[in-house]
Amino acid sequence: MKLLLVCEYRQGRLLDGAYELLGFADRLNAERAVVTIAADVSVPKCNATVYLADAERVGEYNPDAHKRIILAAAEREQPDAIVFSHTVYGWDMAPRIASSLKAALISEVVASTEGRFEVPCFNSKMRRIITPNTPRIVLTIQAGAFAPATVEGSPRIERVESESASGRAELAGYEPAPMKDIDLGRAEVIVSVGRGVGKKENIPVVAALARELGGELGATRPVVDAGWLEYSHQVGSTGQIVAPKLYVACGISGAIQHLAGMKRSDFILAINKDKDAPIASIADVLVVADVMQFVPALTSRLQQ
Amino acid sequence: MKILVCVKQVADMESAFKIDAAGTWIDEREIAFRMNEYDEYAVEQAVRIKEQREGDTDITILSIGPQRVTETVKKALAMGGDRGVHVSDDASARKDPWQIASIIAAFAIDKQFDLIFTGMQSQDRGSAQVGVFTAERLGIPCVTTVVEFVLEGGDVTAARELEGGVKMIVKFGLPAVVTCQLGLNRPRYPTLPNIMKARQKEIKSIPVSELLNEDPLLSVEKIYHPEKKNHAVVLEGEVSELADRVAVMLKEKSFR
Ligand SMILES: Cc1cc2nc3c(=O)[nH]c(=O)nc-3n(C[C@H](O)[C@H](O)[C@H](O)COP(=O)(O)OP(=O)(O)OC[C@H]3O[C@@H](n4cnc5c(N)ncnc54)[C@H](O)[C@@H]3O)c2cc1C
Ligand SMILES: Nc1ncnc2c1ncn2[C@@H]1O[C@H](COP(=O)(O)O)[C@@H](O)[C@H]1O
Repeated sequence: MKLLLVCEYRQGRLLDGAYELLGFADRLNAERAVVTIAADVSVPKCNATVYLADAERVGEYNPDAHKRIILAAAEREQPDAIVFSHTVYGWDMAPRIASSLKAALISEVVASTEGRFEVPCFNSKMRRIITPNTPRIVLTIQAGAFAPATVEGSPRIERVESESASGRAELAGYEPAPMKDIDLGRAEVIVSVGRGVGKKENIPVVAALARELGGELGATRPVVDAGWLEYSHQVGSTGQIVAPKLYVACGISGAIQHLAGMKRSDFILAINKDKDAPIASIADVLVVADVMQFVPALTSRLQQ
Repeated sequence: MKILVCVKQVADMESAFKIDAAGTWIDEREIAFRMNEYDEYAVEQAVRIKEQREGDTDITILSIGPQRVTETVKKALAMGGDRGVHVSDDASARKDPWQIASIIAAFAIDKQFDLIFTGMQSQDRGSAQVGVFTAERLGIPCVTTVVEFVLEGGDVTAARELEGGVKMIVKFGLPAVVTCQLGLNRPRYPTLPNIMKARQKEIKSIPVSELLNEDPLLSVEKIYHPEKKNHAVVLEGEVSELADRVAVMLKEKSFR
């Protein structure tokens, strides 16, 4: 078994997912090579051949050129699988590669045994076991699903020709995440609003519980997208990463991107009318109830 | 400007899912269906373009699936789509993303769409593959995970959302496939008059056999509920009793 790992580089640095890809290769006990469009200083530390194209010349975002470079490395290595992280870069590039090779693409792999791959479905409420119908495959692995490899080793760098070809879509710059006027990262208690709270007008009810517990108000992304709360309240992979002593999840399903932001909380209390909601897999206590009935009742008990 | 929007009908994610007899998909009986959330942003963006450009825009809404998916097409037409296409396929849930993309591409290939919008992923399968595969088959560029979209003349400036809330600004020309991420816009609710008007709009039905030209690259061995390890302690019952128990628990843990 041989893997070609595609490591991601952005705004001058190698992203951490690189070591999870290496950890995945360890886990499978597989031979490995790496391909990355990056800078010399950001090559992952590992004992493997690293095909390195110069990001400065090629462009950090240039899907057409990245595709050519990854395919060229695959041609050299003849891997059984080409593996990406299931990140914006990974789900953008993986289908381009799979399509060129007419290879089975299995997305968001969380576990793998003997050519069978486990992936989440139905907003993480269920799982499927997928098997490829093609000899060569492309995978994206879920962030956090595989323990990262230790950062060690001396890569054998193989520079690849990287002509500065302009692509059909061009990078025009980056916009940093909006400023956060609330630092949820320091809060000891966070009470978060999910879509299950129903409507904007119901938020004061949850805010009252947050106040009673001396905590801050957090939110899931749909709540922010709908304009119920400001972005500075958003918890998750595209919001803030928090680790309070107590996290209360009100009407939150527990999507992976939300869990990424709060799974390190000491104690998680979830309120959800669906006892199969995926939040139950990380919560300490799940109260099966309607948030709009339970939360005010709890607040008034705490006031007594 | 000709725009194609691909919409998928998916099960309501809050359903209590059961597994079908084959053990490879959910039992669809007694399940409510709705438009894939990401696709609502796709429809809305197309309608906004139409509103921005006076009179030269035509929006086709396409959905692949059994008869029930025409309800989702009708919703998209009520939001502002012009015409519907129902690719009739009772077994669409058993097709893989590669096949779904081949069907969409086979439909689009001779129609000169300037823009094709898809969702970034479907909520039921979450593969995030169909949009990019479709573009690759059509040989046109694909820009994924878009949260801002501005069309000026024939040029697009879009923001792609990256991890950590950082946005990447990209520029590209047409034709192109764009995959829509949550938050791209605020999808409208169809108004009653528009729902009525949508009833007059044409929904053309095409049998899937006319468009499908690929075998699946993936097989599904089984679908199942994940094992409940480290599962939460579940408290059920009367709300007032539950509130008492949780209040006591929080006080014992000195959170209060
Ligand atoms: C690239 C990417 C990045 C993302 N980044 C983030 C992020 O940073 N943060 C984030 O939160 N999400 C993020 N998301 C979105 C994420 O995938 C989910 O869509 C989102 O977290 C769901 O929010 P929710 O739980 O509030 O809503 P839903 O998933 O709709 O869940 C609502 C829950 O409320 C329950 N409910 C409904 N009514 C009631 C009631 N009356 N009483 C009790 N319970 C009720 C339901 O059973 C359900 O479990 C991202 C997605 C992508 C693709
Ligand atoms: N059966 C379908 N009919 C129409 N469009 C679909 C279908 N399946 C997927 N799509 C489109 O492809 C996008 C991505 O789907 P997926 O690759 O399955 O995550 C969806 O958001 C839809 O826009």
